[in-house]
Amino acid sequence: MIAYLGRRLLQSVLILFGVSLITFALLYLLPADPVRQIAGRSATPETVENIRRQLGLDQPFVIQYWRYVTSLASGDLGRSYIQRSQVTELIVSRLPATLLLMVGAILCEVIIGLTMGLIAAVKRGSATDQSLMVASFIGVSAPQFVVGLLLLYVFAVRLGWFPIGGYGTWRHLVLPSLTLGVLGAGWYARMMRSSMIDVLRQDYIRTARAKGLARRAILFRHALPNAILPVIAMIGIDIGLFMGGIVVVEGVFGWPGIGQLAWQAIQRVDIPIIMGVTLVSACAIIIGNLIADIVAPFIDPRIKLR
Amino acid sequence: MKRFLTSTVAASALALMLATHAASAEEAMDPNAKQGGEIIATYKDDVTTLDPAIGYDWQNWSMIKSLFDGLMDYEPGTTNLKPDLAESYDIAPDGKTFTFKLRHGVKFHNGRELTADDVKYSIDRVANPKTQSPGAGFFGSIKGYDDVAAGKTEGLAGVTVVDPYTVKFELTRPDATFLHVMAINFSHVVPKEEVEKYGADFGKHPVGTGAFKLAEWTLGQRIVFERNPDYWHKGLPHLDKITFEVGQEPIVALLRLQKGEIDLALDGIPPAKFQEVMADPEQKARVVEGGQLHTGYITMNTQMAPFDNVKVRQAVNMAINKDRIVQLINNRAVPANQPLPPSMPGYDKAFTGYAYDVAKAKALLAEAGHPDGFETELFAMNTDPNPRIAQAIQQDLAAVGIKASIQALAQANVIAAGGDKAGAPMIWSGGMGWIADFPDPSNFYGPILGCAGAVPGGWNWSWYCNKDLDAKAAEADSMTDPAKSEERNKMWSAIYDKIMADAPWAPVFNEQRFTMKSARMGGADNLYVDPVHVFINYDNVYVNDVQ
Repeated sequence: MIAYLGRRLLQSVLILFGVSLITFALLYLLPADPVRQIAGRSATPETVENIRRQLGLDQPFVIQYWRYVTSLASGDLGRSYIQRSQVTELIVSRLPATLLLMVGAILCEVIIGLTMGLIAAVKRGSATDQSLMVASFIGVSAPQFVVGLLLLYVFAVRLGWFPIGGYGTWRHLVLPSLTLGVLGAGWYARMMRSSMIDVLRQDYIRTARAKGLARRAILFRHALPNAILPVIAMIGIDIGLFMGGIVVVEGVFGWPGIGQLAWQAIQRVDIPIIMGVTLVSACAIIIGNLIADIVAPFIDPRIKLR
Repeated sequence: MKRFLTSTVAASALALMLATHAASAEEAMDPNAKQGGEIIATYKDDVTTLDPAIGYDWQNWSMIKSLFDGLMDYEPGTTNLKPDLAESYDIAPDGKTFTFKLRHGVKFHNGRELTADDVKYSIDRVANPKTQSPGAGFFGSIKGYDDVAAGKTEGLAGVTVVDPYTVKFELTRPDATFLHVMAINFSHVVPKEEVEKYGADFGKHPVGTGAFKLAEWTLGQRIVFERNPDYWHKGLPHLDKITFEVGQEPIVALLRLQKGEIDLALDGIPPAKFQEVMADPEQKARVVEGGQLHTGYITMNTQMAPFDNVKVRQAVNMAINKDRIVQLINNRAVPANQPLPPSMPGYDKAFTGYAYDVAKAKALLAEAGHPDGFETELFAMNTDPNPRIAQAIQQDLAAVGIKASIQALAQANVIAAGGDKAGAPMIWSGGMGWIADFPDPSNFYGPILGCAGAVPGGWNWSWYCNKDLDAKAAEADSMTDPAKSEERNKMWSAIYDKIMADAPWAPVFNEQRFTMKSARMGGADNLYVDPVHVFINYDNVYVNDVQ
């Protein structure tokens, strides 16, 4: 186990190194000049060159990247070009909101997705099954921007059950979590349905039925724990999926997370923030996958870590 | 927009004359103004910084004006200059020396009194390349600027502290815009001890002399301003507290405004909702319309064939149906025929420009040797409504035979293409168009139409460089005598008329600002579309439901 963890951690460092190199190279090649963004439109060419020198952006790619990586190794993500604040401070101040949103979204997708999948499997072939699967299909394919605005309009503006965007209480969390979770819920519903149908065909279920066990007992004690295994293993991987969604969902709901920070930084070519958010997101995805892999053998003893 | 025309010619000259020796009496207060209360305003984007040396976007521009003061300012809601931290000023006959007498008893938010040393420190700081200020270039006319910019010394030789309440500026050339420069945010006065205490983080811990002071800043969530009880301008501000909530989509902000949860949605009314809002009399009554110092234009690269032929550029000017484009953005603009917007001094009311005339445009193209048109590229920013406007331009150009393919890119990429001599044949400036830094006609010339801007990485995207006009511009800007401001404005009008004859741009429209406020907000309409504060004059607005 320890050898496995050590190997995975080493891999993770290599992946992060690769991510940083690729992102840095892409930003370097971008046909947009961050110095122009800092210097503003009234700057003389001398001022522009002066700022470029101060930021070390006049150096060749290798030197720029080496400087970045060495300060990164000491935990320094640099200062934002536009905001002038420490990138670490900016990310740390926004990370809790994003993590909270992810937890909310995972709860939403698991609860909604598994329930829908379970019902659909039990009522297989019925009208309920079909409508649930259509609903899950809509969940998977609906653009998050539209889902978010729709939920806001109905539940916050019309019905007034939740606040219209913002951050602070559990009531603020519901609609953004739901918006972010709807996509996953759709996938989970479909996965849960097929997994459950598979399990319900197994011999041990037939035996349980033959024993005369109650339908409820068969479903919840024998079928569900087995059917849920492959689905649970997916949660860790979801974190990667969420990273794309948070930019949109945080924007719609005014959620003060790193998605909004990233979006604004991209608009202004604020390279230190873009790098910082990318690396933090990559870390989150790596950790999510690692947890999923570590947890898998505990849920299903047939899986072995190697 | 006409509201501000009063400010343009006669009034600004008058104000300058009155102020040459001493500050006019404090402007009359709104007799209906009520004291107290708080408001909530929202923005989509987070506020980047509140450091007056750094802040240069439209979110922080008005906020910084309420936290800090400069030697000069404008009468609220207008473009009329008035002394602010300066009690009086004096311009030497040669137009190269400006001496300002400071008010006594003005205190920073930390309790210390402001002196002339603070003024010198603040200007030196912006000019210092280490500050990386986007506003450094505004001080180019001050003696010693080149040495500071080159890093040879840290203090501007031309800024001298005469005594604790007198500061003198010596310029290398007469500069008629210098009083405006003393009013822009980059000239706002900061206390040295606080800047040194916070270093690069001063922008998150701003300390000024302004009407409000920063009470709270929760990154990515909210900024709270509190009334400065020691503000030197008695009776201001009216509000006790302003909360800026950031990160709110404009559409969500509008919904909250309609529900009465907030007072100002500062990103404006989203295009998709504009007609709905304006169709409802109750909501329409809460919308204030005003002119901006803005022009949206198409640049044509004069160094690139076929736009190196003036006839082709004139043909493009005639091919564009500006009225249709204005309709496309729900009439939130007025068609433009010259670089200057109508509310800018120097705007030539008699100038008619190029009328929309497809037949004449085709004839001109034929004369230029392109009877069947040509193929080209039109760059535009990729956020709504700019791609739609670019498509309208594309259709107009197609009607005269010019086949333009659209390159819709992120803002920074379009700016980069424009700053490259061989980068972009045509650019629609929407989303990046020029909004004046101060209400003076010269501000629309230098960086965007003058030779100085036609350099790699510059903002003169048409790469138009007319040395004669550069000389005329320098001559106009040397007329510092306020009595000659009328004459100076006429010189500027003539410069822009000549530019239009060469047609490096096709001016398309001047955007109008529409601010929607809550029913409880009071104060003159022009405080909500203030052309200098861009757009809210927080010091002077108030709420009606207090007391």
